[in-house]
Amino acid sequence: MPLLSRAASLFFNLFEPLFRFAQRRLGLARLGWLFVAPNLIVFGMFTFLPIAINLVYATTGGVNLMPFDRPFTGGENFGILLECRDYFDIQSCRKDVFWRAIFNTVQFSLIQVVLMVLLSLLTALVLNRKIIGRGFWRGVFFYPVLLSPVVVALIWKWLLQSQGVFNAALVAVGSQPIGWLTTPSWAFFWTVFVSIWAHMGFYTLILLAGLQAIPKDMYEASEMDGASPWRTLKRITLPLLMPNLIVVLVLAMIRAVQIFDEVFVLTGGGPGSATTFIVQFIYQTGFAEQIHLYGLAAAASLMLALGLVLLTLIQLRLTRASDAGQRAR
Amino acid sequence: MVTRTLNHPASVLVAALFVLPAAVHSAEIRVMCYQDGVECDVLAEQAKRFETQNAGTKVIVDVVPYKTIVEQLPVQLAAGQGPDIARVTDLGGLSKYYQDISAHVKDKAYWEANFGATLPWLRPTAADKGIYGFMSQLTMTGPYVNKTLFEQAKVAMPGPKATWDEWVDATRKVAKANQLPAALAWDRSGHRFAGPAISYGAKIFDAKGDLVMDDGYKTAVNKFVGWHKDGAMLKEVWGGTGGSSYADSIGEFKNARVAMVLSGSWQINRLQKDIGTAFDWVAVPNPCGPAACSGIPGGAAWVALKTTKAPKDVGMFLDFIAQEANYAEFTAKTNNIPAHAGLAKKGVKYPGATPQAQAALGVFSAGVASLSPVAYQFQGYKYNRAVMLPTVTRVTQAIVGEMSADEAMTKIAADMADAVKQATK
Repeated sequence: MPLLSRAASLFFNLFEPLFRFAQRRLGLARLGWLFVAPNLIVFGMFTFLPIAINLVYATTGGVNLMPFDRPFTGGENFGILLECRDYFDIQSCRKDVFWRAIFNTVQFSLIQVVLMVLLSLLTALVLNRKIIGRGFWRGVFFYPVLLSPVVVALIWKWLLQSQGVFNAALVAVGSQPIGWLTTPSWAFFWTVFVSIWAHMGFYTLILLAGLQAIPKDMYEASEMDGASPWRTLKRITLPLLMPNLIVVLVLAMIRAVQIFDEVFVLTGGGPGSATTFIVQFIYQTGFAEQIHLYGLAAAASLMLALGLVLLTLIQLRLTRASDAGQRAR
Repeated sequence: MVTRTLNHPASVLVAALFVLPAAVHSAEIRVMCYQDGVECDVLAEQAKRFETQNAGTKVIVDVVPYKTIVEQLPVQLAAGQGPDIARVTDLGGLSKYYQDISAHVKDKAYWEANFGATLPWLRPTAADKGIYGFMSQLTMTGPYVNKTLFEQAKVAMPGPKATWDEWVDATRKVAKANQLPAALAWDRSGHRFAGPAISYGAKIFDAKGDLVMDDGYKTAVNKFVGWHKDGAMLKEVWGGTGGSSYADSIGEFKNARVAMVLSGSWQINRLQKDIGTAFDWVAVPNPCGPAACSGIPGGAAWVALKTTKAPKDVGMFLDFIAQEANYAEFTAKTNNIPAHAGLAKKGVKYPGATPQAQAALGVFSAGVASLSPVAYQFQGYKYNRAVMLPTVTRVTQAIVGEMSADEAMTKIAADMADAVKQATK
């Protein structure tokens, strides 16, 4: 028996009396809890405890940080966030910036995720072919993923600011400079563009792995049967890639809802509230304003968590449906 | 009676381990410092001198961005964390975290005589008589003008009692003649905005002392939004970001993209250092509105914080840098207006200041007399940021077209009421 294996065996034998004792006291069925207890404790401390604390903040008011110094206000924070005279007019809402942030987040998520999935798929399909310099191109598309979001945002800010590279180029060809980051529609466009540029490589990689897992003989068979490339894509590639596509779709959606760092550095949520997303609203309300409304921020974050739970449930349902489809096939 | 002696070497060693640290005093003081010019560098020099006079005490100056002081320090303090001393500008807002050092200063009368006018700004309540720190400088908001651009455009600079409208008209001509992207810019700050608002007649407080958004404030909002819409104001400063984030206009001034900016006296050192001889710049008196020609007073303070584990050393260090000779050195090297009454009376020599910087310091010092009483009341109000921050957010929304100036006013009032209600819970 190798030395390492013997050492491990000796180590675990040291605990044998303890396990035997625990088994006698707890019974075999409950012994599993003992093994998962360390993980449960850590998970509880760093996941469940913060959720519970967040609940405390969401149901208390004032500006004190310590939970015991905060008066209980029940659902008041949720009421403040949801209070509107007319739900079809954001302006009439008491916290209109919260609603603008939700609207922006939904709009951003829909546009960005659809584009992200389509472009990632297209890129993965191209990179899966035998093209010249394939390794280089794979590196090129994956490289932005390695960059810190702050670096990504600073690079693009440098390009897009009023005296940036893009405007310098426009002026050089005799055009007027454009307020890329000071015009609401342009600022929104660039937040979508930059986030796709920064993360597309990651999703492309997942799809590329999925494409490479598709058996080659299926393509050979379809070629022999004279199937067109479009039919091959529709009937073989996409169905077999569906599990990966669902993973990409859901991950991209969750990430889009959580968008913060790049946009915060790139536009600061502006101009006005044109690129203020829900996470930035939470940050600003809780930490950036000098009268820190922790309760309101906590209530908003719980509402965001609810949205993310819904997205996760949808992912689970889609994954199960996809698995069932695979098995049926 | 049994007496025991420490005659075993091990016993002696153990005893020494416990006794020696008590005998040799040692303390570490961390100062969280931001600088507009060289404030933290000068403090670090003084800290070295303090260390040589007080063996065992180490002073570490952590230089941080202003944003850290504004956004992160309050959260740290609320969580019971933080440095021993900080340089802060939210004087009253953070007062509940300040440490009273009155027991550790050599001469309380000296403090009262020289900082008596501003010590109440740092006290948590009006009845409190503690010493929590001192103002490192007095500041005043006010405009800087690019004189070279005016000369190139052959436009005469408006006089000392000129109105904001006259200045906007003049800078518009300068911008047109020099093909600038805009005529002027203001720092993205509710504090800076308050000066012109008061000049336009904003009272900010009603008869009972409660916050109120009045017609004067509304006029200022309308004017400011209008100047953005017609291109007089540079859109990047206020319209370039969201929320209530601070953004200064000095960068645009240094790059000569505008002819005039509204900033404050604390920028003199930076202008002197960064502009050099690139162009001539001057500080001018605050332009007038129908009610006043006012800026807003303010300043930064060195404050002791309750998070300190060495209150005595902190008190001694603050006492050291508050002494007239050290304060004079700090003021002269940083080109600031002193908050030290004795020094202000004697006058400060600024050997490192260029003639331009000297003149600017003179303009700001003289401008203190024209500050409106409302400006002092607003600066001393504990929750003044409940007005300043929504102003920035909402006025920007009006500038970029998300709402009208009138709607912005309504929203400022509502946000202000919400914030004050939460703060007083």
